[in-house]
Amino acid sequence: MTLQSAAVEGRPAGARSTETAPAIEARGLRRDFGDRTGLGGVSFSLLPGEGMAVIGPNGSGKSTLLRILAGLLRPSGGEVRVLGCALPKETYRLRGRVGYLGHDPLLYRDLTARENLALAGALHRMDPADAAARIDSLLESVRMANRAGDRIAELSAGMRQRIDICRALLHDPDLLLMDEPDAHLDPEARQLVAPLIAAGGDRTRVLVSHDREVATAGADIVLELR
Amino acid sequence: MTPFTAILRKDLRVELRTLRSLPAMALFAVTAFVIFRFGLDRTSLDGELAAGVLVPTLLFAALLAINRLFVAEREEGGFELIRLAPIDRTVLFAAKASALVIYLVVLELIAVPIFALFFLDTASGLVPFALVLVLADIGLAATGTVISTIATMSSARDLLAPLILLPLLVPLVIAAAGAGEHLLSAGGPDYGGFGKWLGLLGLYDLVFLLVGYATFDFLLED
Repeated sequence: MTLQSAAVEGRPAGARSTETAPAIEARGLRRDFGDRTGLGGVSFSLLPGEGMAVIGPNGSGKSTLLRILAGLLRPSGGEVRVLGCALPKETYRLRGRVGYLGHDPLLYRDLTARENLALAGALHRMDPADAAARIDSLLESVRMANRAGDRIAELSAGMRQRIDICRALLHDPDLLLMDEPDAHLDPEARQLVAPLIAAGGDRTRVLVSHDREVATAGADIVLELR
Repeated sequence: MTPFTAILRKDLRVELRTLRSLPAMALFAVTAFVIFRFGLDRTSLDGELAAGVLVPTLLFAALLAINRLFVAEREEGGFELIRLAPIDRTVLFAAKASALVIYLVVLELIAVPIFALFFLDTASGLVPFALVLVLADIGLAATGTVISTIATMSSARDLLAPLILLPLLVPLVIAAAGAGEHLLSAGGPDYGGFGKWLGLLGLYDLVFLLVGYATFDFLLED
């Protein structure tokens, strides 16, 4: 594990451990909000299948970094390539390859859990039968199958989080970006969710957390923002 | 299911479940008719006055739905959902505009017969006027969807949508009311100038559908 605790550096960009092209490569990545710097000059490189933990205090730019990597926010400066796509120019090529779990769930409150997941599947152009089977499997794995017909507004925050994790994983993304994935989850739910978002296969993972222990478990690189 | 169908179905399902827009639109229109009836102190309207009451009332009722069009997308992450998906973002424009056309048609199915009961001596002009309303609905939906998207990104969204939208709708109101003036005449529909007004409405629809198609992708950028 590479731990850069005093600077916004993970594995320095360009210092690759193998010849494999990085899944994410950032050089001097910056985002300003007016006069305020939201994210200042971050450089790191992450190989396919690796996991990166992003830690830091409030306002250090963790969520901003995640939104830039998802193609939801334009960087103000620097360079970043995600899954071979130079952002923001090639964001259109990145769409559909990222699973994004934000601060707030991307779920419609007046749709049921299953309807939300079916909508996400349709937006990712999944075959309806494949999507339905995958939805059943994911709901079962987070023990929410019995609440699949309930509206999101009727579910607790922890249950919504479990459904949102299913939504982020539904289309089997190459890159999983997670902002506090265990927020609102009780210990039992954390255990249910852990295998779904854990290392394995070629999926690259970036996990943001305030909790150093949670974030760094299973991480190949730790990026500490200040 | 295509992304277009999925988004449209979602919107209609949520409206059927919550009834947040349609009942308010219908209630507004009926209340406005009652106010006009007493305000004008007339039990019968025809020609330009009939069209002048009906068309703006429907337009103001439509504003209620336009203001709410993207509330769920803004507050429940729908914009992010679309931006993360491998689809052309104009699909959202098409689905939202279609949902708005459906809301407007339902509104008119309720409000126009009530208007006829309140004010019209003969309803024979309403059949050809339905074509005018459908064309006006398409233009209103296209313009309303674009402006609602812009307003949604602003903190003054409730104020911004009507302020920008109403001036843009002036040609549409002129054409719809112009057609209505002849169709809702006391002696029955008069088709003089009908084609001209339909052509103007069709041109308006085409222009704003193209504007929406061309700009919508940029409107969703951060």
